[in-house]
This record gives sequence, structure tokens and C-alpha cells, in this order.
Amino acid sequence: MGSRNVVGMNRQGERWTAEQVLALAPDAASRKAGAKLAAPGPWSGTGARTDAPTDGTEGGADGESGGGTGAVWGECKGSGSKPYRTVVDLAGSGGPAFHCSCPSRKFPCKHALGLLLLWTEGEAAVPSSAATPPDWAGQWLERRRQRVERAAGAGQDGGTAPAPADAEAARRRSERRAGRIAEGAAELERRLADLLRGGLAAVEGAAYGQWDETAARMVDAQAPGLAARVRELASVAGAGSAAGTDWASRLLEECALLHTLGQGYLRVEELPEALAATVRTRVGITSDAAALLATVPPVRDHWLVLAQRDSDDGRLTTRRIWLYGRSTGRMALLLSYGAAGRAPELSLPVGLALDADLAFHPSARPLRAVLGTRHGPPGPSPEPPPGGGTEAALRAYGEALRDDPWLESWPVVLSAVTPVPDADGKGWQVADAPGESALPVAPGSGGDDMGLWRLTAISGGGPVPVFGECGHRGFTPLTTWAPEPVAL
Amino acid sequence: MTSPTTSPLPPTGSAATSGTGPGGPGWDDLLTAALLGTERRAVPARPRPGQDAAGALLDAAALRTVRRRAALLPAPARARPGAAPRDDRPALPDAARRRLALLLADRAAPGGGGRRGGAPDLTELLPQWLAAANGHGYRAPEALLPALLEAARARSDLRPAALALGGPRALWLARLNPQWKYALRGGTAAGFPGAAAASARSPEDERRVWQEGLFAERVGVLAAVRRRDPAAGRDLLASTWAKEPAEDRLMLLDSLRAELSAGDETFLEQALSDRSRNVRATAAELLTALPGSALAARMAERARACVALDRTADGGARIVVEAPHECDGGMQRDGVVAKPPAGRGERSWWLSQLVEAAPLAIWCERLGVGGAAEAVALPVADDWQPDLHAAWCRAAARQGDAEWSRALLGPATSPPAPASSSWLDPAKLLSALPPAERAGWVAEFVAAHGLSEAFRLLGVCAVPWAEPLGAAVVDALDTARRAGGYPWSFSGVMGLAERCLDPAQADRLEALTTVPEGPADGAAAGATGYWAEAFQRLIGTLRLRAAMRAELAGQDADTDTATTRP
Repeated sequence: MGSRNVVGMNRQGERWTAEQVLALAPDAASRKAGAKLAAPGPWSGTGARTDAPTDGTEGGADGESGGGTGAVWGECKGSGSKPYRTVVDLAGSGGPAFHCSCPSRKFPCKHALGLLLLWTEGEAAVPSSAATPPDWAGQWLERRRQRVERAAGAGQDGGTAPAPADAEAARRRSERRAGRIAEGAAELERRLADLLRGGLAAVEGAAYGQWDETAARMVDAQAPGLAARVRELASVAGAGSAAGTDWASRLLEECALLHTLGQGYLRVEELPEALAATVRTRVGITSDAAALLATVPPVRDHWLVLAQRDSDDGRLTTRRIWLYGRSTGRMALLLSYGAAGRAPELSLPVGLALDADLAFHPSARPLRAVLGTRHGPPGPSPEPPPGGGTEAALRAYGEALRDDPWLESWPVVLSAVTPVPDADGKGWQVADAPGESALPVAPGSGGDDMGLWRLTAISGGGPVPVFGECGHRGFTPLTTWAPEPVAL
Repeated sequence: MTSPTTSPLPPTGSAATSGTGPGGPGWDDLLTAALLGTERRAVPARPRPGQDAAGALLDAAALRTVRRRAALLPAPARARPGAAPRDDRPALPDAARRRLALLLADRAAPGGGGRRGGAPDLTELLPQWLAAANGHGYRAPEALLPALLEAARARSDLRPAALALGGPRALWLARLNPQWKYALRGGTAAGFPGAAAASARSPEDERRVWQEGLFAERVGVLAAVRRRDPAAGRDLLASTWAKEPAEDRLMLLDSLRAELSAGDETFLEQALSDRSRNVRATAAELLTALPGSALAARMAERARACVALDRTADGGARIVVEAPHECDGGMQRDGVVAKPPAGRGERSWWLSQLVEAAPLAIWCERLGVGGAAEAVALPVADDWQPDLHAAWCRAAARQGDAEWSRALLGPATSPPAPASSSWLDPAKLLSALPPAERAGWVAEFVAAHGLSEAFRLLGVCAVPWAEPLGAAVVDALDTARRAGGYPWSFSGVMGLAERCLDPAQADRLEALTTVPEGPADGAAAGATGYWAEAFQRLIGTLRLRAAMRAELAGQDADTDTATTRP
């Protein structure tokens, strides 16, 4: 068992903040329920195990995953006679894992959230112990670690030598899929041509059902990327001119970019390799994480977690995590998914930095990545990365568009901007601290605007650093620093 | 929030809008062709070999789109909000800041309509957390100001404390968001030491704000001046009185309630002739709180004319009442409302207003008794007792008279007032007693009558409940549990106990959460489980309150994490 003090890591890193824990909750109701359980009353037998490596932030020589605070456990008295047993594994390579004997289908359940919140309060609430956890917790932790190791081993084997018959079958499958997507893209091209021949004015408000059908056909053709763009097009068309005077412009833009993507896919063999990869990704052909990690050279860096945001379309929760590489200066975006009502597995608290490998999806402008080996426990990194002004932000987006014309936005750090609240329906702005330039805030980016008001309150009318996405619809603020990071 | 100008500006001077510039056809031409359809409109782009007009149009539009997006320039910045005023109060300790975030997050989350379970109700703890934080003189963390303003928007009872904690930056923020206008109207943040410190101004500044400031700022200035120098505060108000709109006059007049003294009488007498009825009524009410005022004397005169002592032949004494026959102009000017509420006789209505507004001190002399207890004990002729005693009760509460309140309350152990004397409002009378006596009276009441009638009485006791009140409530809850009652019959008292019991009671309560062993039939076992859960929540809440208090005091039980940021 390692010593409790880890070189290069202060107390903040050992215990998370309440905000970081609440970010794990699958929904608002769980946050509420978890917060209620974050009181000593119902808990007994709580403990936290710290199994950091003894030699600093580097991982152990045996390649064991992670380090840092290993696990937290406790028993929570509910309405029944038996308390619920809750245990959280914090050291896993895919983010924390949870186990609870309660019947909840929420994931993590309120007990796990409550336990972690209690743990954030410090030593008195949940004491650290060098001792082993009680059997019920220890057994689950042990089984889990074994499973992770087995999976890692299997991944390596699978990557090196697939059986020839399997490879042949896989090749045939992917050829069949490519053929179907090509048919779908050709059909889409015909539909777009019909639309333009008859005129966009004719579709206003009327054509939603048809587009839905087209989107469904794209899903059948295994081109989810195309399907998503068709749905976006349908919603623009469906909103009609009531949505604003520029709806026709937006509709034509969407049609034109969809057309370009369809054309790109139909000629994907003729494109330069990087652009071809971009087109395939945009259409919806992506490699899975294991394959990517096995084939793409990893980029190791101290990745600073800049922001984490969930969106929910009713069926699926999509979590986006933005990272910034301190040495490479690269931005990266991790995506993870959860079924409705479940938080996606991967969760990286904002304000921590992890020494880890990332594998970027091949693209002319790589951004999306998957998390590979972590080389040490995450450490706090409260400083914002270097940034620029509003013009530099738009330039970064413009340059990214050169490689990937379908990009909606690009992650940027604005080093010193002042939020200007909406006045007379002109929308929000973030304005350069020195100078007279500003970026409009993308509409609908703050949900209920609470994030924007938080930003305003923190700025107090003065300049603050802000991380967000800069695109053709404006800027979407995601994180500011006051001076520790605050999610917006 | 849809707006046509939400996108960054296209580069100026480019051929982005019309005509055929160096980069091909303009967007407007392409858009016109697209809207009308390529069958009706020539496309301003040449198709590649094998391509139709629609394809050429889409190609050209894609090129334009990407070119426009890649060449976006920043928009001109609009006027930035002015800098927020400084707030030099200390920041919250880290643990307290996290606690506030949790309390506010709990409020924002939907749901909670279901069974409460064994966990504390955080929303209910927000008021006392805010009061305690203000007691320490902290300022709110900037990042939590929006949530705080939202919480106070939904619950007006939170406003004074929330705005006090928010301080000048909360008002600065509220000015930017129409949703938070209430913060600028209220002027309720006054009265907290933190708010006073945060809004300290120079005398010149005060005069300027009084002349030009927003309403909330003006109320703040008036309260501050009044606190420092009551007469100067009154003069400040008088200097602009004639120009204030009626609604503001009412609110501003209310600020004289603090530090009210005989010196205010002249001003208030003038206000009795105000154009607004509400202003007149408030002025009259304030004057009745000045026992030496001319209005109080006039009311005393009128009341005295209506109530007299009648010595009976057998040497006994009783009170006889002759209610007024009319409500003349003088009475109305002094705040007596002429029209009774529905179902009330007008003469008894006028009488009760006169007695309520008359100084209680007149009655001993008028009735020839030595004290309030004797006066209350006198029989009243002709069924006037409920009216007379009800008016005395309101007078005792309004004038904060402990002796009369004590006499009208009677001993706590006497049976609860019968339905015929529903005019008796013990909760109001208790408010006039000193806190320790109040707690003692309610403790005796609970011990004698249990909890079912105690809810409102407990509500007026000072928090945390002083002994022996806390112990009496815990005992009564235990008795209810043993008697086989269900905890939800006491949910109101339980909720109060969670908020008001001294956290030191938690250890005593611990013993009550254990489910007794042994066979029990189904229903009883169910009740036992619920009781255990209810007590568990009670204990959890008490522990949480103790933790909250320690966090605000900056005493982190965990010395390991007690690092405070500078």
C-alpha cells in the first residue's frame, strides 16, 4: 500500500470538489437526491483507500492503471432493514466506476453520488485509511480490476493477429456497408437536386415528413452522420421563415454543405487520404476506440480537462469532454454516450490534468480522440491555457475550415473578454478587454442563460478568460476561471 | 432569443452580398435562384460537364458558405456593463461555499414530490444558512450569485437575507437582468450588518443617491441614515416627500418603523392627511405605537368612552361596553376603517379598532385594577368579552406589551382555548414575551397537550429552541411514537424540529431511531419503520446544521483539508 502523499499533487487532487462529483449525476433529480444523502446521518462504515504509487506521478512499473485515491465505500441506511452497500472505484482507466446494492436503475445512483459528496467534505466525513476495505467492497474492486486487465489483454491480442477468415468477413461487411452508403448518398443528391429545381420557397413548413423519411433511409444505409445532417436540414426547413429572416440562407447553406459531403463521399477514393478520412467520419463511418488505439500512434501529453458538457436527445446522453495538451498545444474532444437516464461512463473533472495517451480519429483537422493509457493519477491544473482575442478565435475557426469545411465550430480560449448581456434582443456578446471587437454568443448555447449570468457575475464587468467553441453561429462559452475553473 | 444579427459580421467591403465579384456569383443571387428554383431562374454559375444547374448552384453556394464562414470578423462591441462595485467583505470558507452550492443546487432540481425518505430537506435549510452567513458578514461567491438571485426570485421570504449576502454585486447583476428586478424594488437587504458595511457611503454620496438613485438604493440609504441618526433620516424623507409616488411613499414611510420615536410624530400626523389611503393607515399604525402621541391620546379618549366598570349591588365588578354609534371624520382620519368586513357588525368593528389602537396603560386606571391580570379576569357584560379581549390581544401584540400578553395567554397548562374563543391567538401574544419565557410557556404547553395544537406556537419560538422546549418536543414525539401514531401526522412539527431543534439534541434522538426487536403485527411494524426514518432524517438534519455552522465559522473538523484560500 502506497503512502498517502503523492508528489506533485495537493489535497485538491486527492479529494474531488462537490462540483466535480455533481457532474457525474445522470440528471437533475439524481443531483438533488445525491446532495440530500451527502450528510453523515444515514452513513456508516465509510472509508477511502489511497493507493497512489510511491514514486510520484508516474504509474507503477507493472503498468497498473492509475493511482491517486483508489476507492471510496460506505453503507447507507435506507428505509429497509438492510443498509445499501455502496462502493466507487476512482482509479479505473475509463473514469470512476460504481457499485451499489440498491435497486435503482440510475447510474450512478444517489447513494454513490451522496457518498462521493460526503467524501469531498474531508477527512472527518469519510476517513482515508491505509487498511483494506471491508470484504464486500474489496471483492467487487478486485473483480473489477481483474476484468479491466483481462479486457486490456484481449484488446492487445485482438489487434495484432485477427484470424484470416474473420478479416475476410469483416472486409466483405465493410464493402457492403460502403456500397449502401454510396446508394444513400446518391439518393440524397437526387433529392437535393429536385429541391433546388422546384425552389426552396416551396418547402417552407411543408416538407418535414419527407425529410424524416430521408433521414431514416440514411440510418438504414448506416450513415448516421448524413442522417444527422438531414435532420438538421429538416428542422431548419420545418421552422420556416417564422424562425427569422435568414432561414432561407441557413437552408441553402445546409443544402450546399450536405451536397458537398455527398459528392465527397461518392468520390472518396479520389480524395487525399486526410480529407477522405474526414469525409468518412462526417458521413458516420468511425473506427471504434479499441481499433483506433491499436492502429493510431498515441499522443502523450498532460491533458488539461477544459470542459465537460452533456446533451440529451431523449434516447441518448452525449457527453463531450474538451482537453488541451499542455506541451503539444493541441485541443482534443472526447465523446462518450449513455442510454437515457444513465450518465456516460467517462467522466473527467474540469480543472484536472492527466498524463495520458490520446488516439485521434484520422482527419484532415484532428479533434475527436479516445483516451488510451493513463500514465499517472490526475493532478490539479487550475490555470487556464494560453488564449487570444476574438479575432484570433475566428481565425482559428477559419483555418480549421480549410481542412474540414463541415466544421460548425472550433474550441478556443479567449484570454480576456467581458460578457455583455443581451439588450433589446440583440443577443449576448463577449467583448475583447482591450479593443472594440466582440463575438456574439451563439443562440441557445447557455441552456437557460444561467451559465452566461454566472460568467457575468464572475466577470463583474471586467475581463476574464473563457474557454468555448467559436463557430459561424457565434461563440459558446463553456468554462471560465475565477481563478479555479467554473463550468458555464 | 432568435435574432437575425446573431452571426458574426461578414467581412466588410467584400462581394458577399450581390454582384459577381472576383470569387464568383454573390450570395443573394444564389439565394434568389435557390428560392425560386432552377427551373424558373437562371443559375449564376456554370455547370461542370455532366452536371445540371441544381448541382452547379449547390457547388457555388457551398463555396460561398465556407468562404463566408472562414472569413468572419468580430462584431463591434456594444457598451460593456460598468464595473461591479467592490465588496470588501471576506469570502466564504471553502467548505461553506461548497455547502451553499449544494443548497442552491437542491432548489434548482425538479422533483421531490415523492416521499421524503431519510435525507434532510436542504431547501428548508437555506434560510438559516443565509442568516448565519450574514451574521458572519461574508459576501456571496460570485459564481453563485445567479443561483442565489433565482432562489430569491422564487421565494420572496429569502430575499432580504439573499440580497444582503449578495451585496452590491448582486444588485449590480440584478440591474442587468429584468428577471431580477425585484432585487431593485425591495430594499429589504437593510438590517443585516453585512449589507450595511457593504453599502457604506459618504454623506454627499448619500444625498446624491437619495436624489438620483434607484428605488432600492434609496431605501438602503434611508435605512442607513435612519440607523445612524433617526432625525436626519426623517428629514431626508421629508425633503422629497411631496414628490414621491404613492406606492413609494408607502414603502418609504415603512422605513420609519425602525428607530421610531416621539420626534417622528409631527411628520406622521401630517401623513394622516395623505392622498393615499394605505399611507394614511400606515401613518396611523405607526402613531399608535407611540403611546405618548396625540393620536394615541385621541384613541384612548374614544376607547375610554366606550368601556367602563360597573359595580354590582353585591360588591362585584364587571365591565360594561357601549360601542360607538358612528365613525366620524376624526376617527377615520386617525386610521379607523369605517366599513366592516362582511359578517361583522359595524359598531363592534369600530370598537375593536379603537381599543386596539389605544395604549393599554389606560385600562388599569379606567377599570380600577392593579394590573393586566386583574383586568383580564373581570367579567364582561352582554357578550362583549370576545370583542374586548380580542382587541386587547391585538393591542398587546402591536404594542409588544409583555405583561398584557402574559395575562391574556393565561397558564400554558390550562386546556386549549375552546372554539368559542377562537379570537385568542396565543402565537401572536407569545411574540411579545421575552424569548426564554416564550420557550418555557410553549414547553409547558407541549408537555400538557402534546404536539397536535403546537405547530404555530413552535413557529414563533427563537431558533435554536432553548431548553426546556427542545427536550419537551423530543419527549412529545417519542410519546406519539409509543402511542402508535404515524409520523406523517406530525410532519409539520417534524419539519420545524429539523430546522429549529438545537443540534445538541441529536445524540439524545439517536436512541429513538433503533427499531425495537420482537414480533409486531404488520401495521405497527410499518409505523415503526417510518418513525425510525423520520427520526433519522431529523438527526441527519441536526448534524448537517451543526456542520453548516462549523463551516461558516471556518472550523473545519478535518484539519487536513482546512486550507483556506487567501
